[in-house]
Amino acid sequence: MKVTLFATCLVDMFQSDVGKATVELLERLGCEIDFPEAQVCCGQPAYNSGYVKESKEAMKRMIETFENAEYVVSPSGSCTAMFREYPHVFKGDSIWEPRALKLAEKTYELTQFIVDVLKIEDVGARFEGKVTYHTSCHMTRLLRVASAPMTLLKNVNGLEFTMLPGKEQCCGFGGTFSVKMGQISEQMVDEKVMHIEETGADYIIGADAGCMLNIGGRIQRTGKPIQVLHIAEVLNSR
Amino acid sequence: MTMKIGTGQFKERVDQGINDSFMRGAVAGAQERIGTRRNDVISELNWEEWRSHGEEIRQHVLEHLDYYLEQLSENVAKRGGHVFFAQTGEEANEYIQQVVAKKDAKKVVKSKSMVTEEISLNTALEQAGCEVIETDLGEYILQVDDHDPPSHIVVPALHKNKEKIRDVFSEKLGYQLTSKPEELAGHARKKLREEFMAADIGITGCNFAVAETGSFSLVTNEGNADLVTSLPKTQITVMGMERLVPTFEEMEVLVSLLTRSAVGQKLTSYITVLTGPREELDVDGPEEFHLVIVDNGRSNILGGDFQSVLQCIRCAACVNACPVYRHVGGHSYGSIYSGPIGAVLSPLLGGYDEYKELPYASSLCAACTDACPVKIPLHELLLKHRQIIVEKEGKAPISEKLAMKAFGLGAASPLLYKMGSKIAPMAMNPFTDGDKISKGPGPLKAWTEIREFPAPNKERFRDWFKNREKGGKQ
Ligand code: SF4
Repeated sequence: MKVTLFATCLVDMFQSDVGKATVELLERLGCEIDFPEAQVCCGQPAYNSGYVKESKEAMKRMIETFENAEYVVSPSGSCTAMFREYPHVFKGDSIWEPRALKLAEKTYELTQFIVDVLKIEDVGARFEGKVTYHTSCHMTRLLRVASAPMTLLKNVNGLEFTMLPGKEQCCGFGGTFSVKMGQISEQMVDEKVMHIEETGADYIIGADAGCMLNIGGRIQRTGKPIQVLHIAEVLNSR
Repeated sequence: MTMKIGTGQFKERVDQGINDSFMRGAVAGAQERIGTRRNDVISELNWEEWRSHGEEIRQHVLEHLDYYLEQLSENVAKRGGHVFFAQTGEEANEYIQQVVAKKDAKKVVKSKSMVTEEISLNTALEQAGCEVIETDLGEYILQVDDHDPPSHIVVPALHKNKEKIRDVFSEKLGYQLTSKPEELAGHARKKLREEFMAADIGITGCNFAVAETGSFSLVTNEGNADLVTSLPKTQITVMGMERLVPTFEEMEVLVSLLTRSAVGQKLTSYITVLTGPREELDVDGPEEFHLVIVDNGRSNILGGDFQSVLQCIRCAACVNACPVYRHVGGHSYGSIYSGPIGAVLSPLLGGYDEYKELPYASSLCAACTDACPVKIPLHELLLKHRQIIVEKEGKAPISEKLAMKAFGLGAASPLLYKMGSKIAPMAMNPFTDGDKISKGPGPLKAWTEIREFPAPNKERFRDWFKNREKGGKQ
């Protein structure tokens, strides 16, 4: 199966390991990966700050870039949800709305793609460690992907899983919210880190680069002995 | 604007909220208690179907608001009630002051009502020489505590716990018993009974007006609304213009959605329905009935991008689900409408000048949208506000505008994006400490005050991918 990777700007620049793990994992599951160089940012930072005009430019580039793809797969729930939102953003635009719709329909978040499209529930991974999982808001509430990551993690050999208390609570990232409303964001991420500590896990796993940057950055700053991993890295380990 | 509460800048109020560990404990506890109960009672129903039904009813009413308001008014008048349509809060207050003057009223008892808070009716009544007694226990506590403003639309004294309430009662009312809820409530009940007996006018809000019959429903757990509407000789019901349903059938659906969402109960202890003044064979009820329908900015919302906010049934499920509210509390919002619904509604009713920060006080986590029993897309409406603030109001900071312009150019141009991301590690070099940035420049400053930021990868993902392609797959 041919898969076109939408890596997201955060992964491209700051978390290249996540990108690598995604490629290796999908290849192992029999996919052929293509990465169009022309991809930019999905436009979410500007869109969520109210700069709709500016964000539309980025969106148009993305629509063009992925026009010929069969499946678009991304290791980020939030960015995938943004792609799915494009038709809504271009509503009433006779040229771009249909094109946006086509893109939205073939775009999947990584775990969703593995479980729903590839129909694989056990990727044959092995990971030794005590872990918990952060269910990102956009992934669960906008994309409605909740069970796929759990299904995949459950089948990883050696992994000891504890459910995160208050898992439905936002980690406080929220894009520009994290800097614009820093004082509030800090309280939110602190509560999240506190819950992670309560589980006694050594690893916090996520499927969204933004949340991981936020939670990871706070864990690092406060010197907690917890590691942040993307689910692609866990599923890719053997 | 009269719905305003508190003073100081938004950020200061938020700081105060965050530092009030006592309030935060109370809020977090309440969110969890109500949230768990709500989840339990909604799981008994096909909740998504009920939500859709609720949404349809509310949308239908808004699309035909003129028709139903007219029908309601006619039916109220038919039974001898007086109807007044107030365009503004001032008009509503003036009308009520006139009724007070005509009746030579000295004491007014009130049941809980957000719209009367919105228009500051109590102040107007006091100006008219009336003593006003709030009879909802939460509102009563706040009133006794020197008019502490409400911090939640359903549980106005949510920010106080029973110990605090005991302290307020002992200081202000000479209360000498314990902080047991029954004893506190018992004391308030005794005091309130006397007030009920002596009141000249009873004022209520309105959960849902029924257009077909000219009836009004009040949903409470204390039964105080029954006394407000049966003991005083004159009754005034104040309702937001949009708070009505066609018939009892729709009311039943919305009441079910309301009680489950608001307090996690299948039904509240009292659902009072009143229809007009006392009739010949009635044993109690007011001799005179006034309905005041308040617009106060709602017409401007109708027909626009924000119309769906008028679907709101004031259940506060969005407030109880909100992580921002959880940490900052209701008073931080500076409006009697707090939480997500407050962040959407306050700028609409009170203007962007007063409430321009509220649409940003959200991580757009969409917990509110998910919780809303009538499917108001709250987080999308917050985004809409942001768009208007940027595009029409021009209220965004210049630095942000420039950054976003650059974003528009950079992110949209594959070439610029590629160059930008390539030089990032170099540009960030002076701030980089190993694999992290602890004191970032520009927008990173606010980030790194709280957390580390990763240094850009020396080899970007795209470079790795390209090299790998070149070298062929291993
Ligand atoms: S917006 Fe929805 S959830 Fe919030 S108070 Fe109104 S009806 Fe309830």
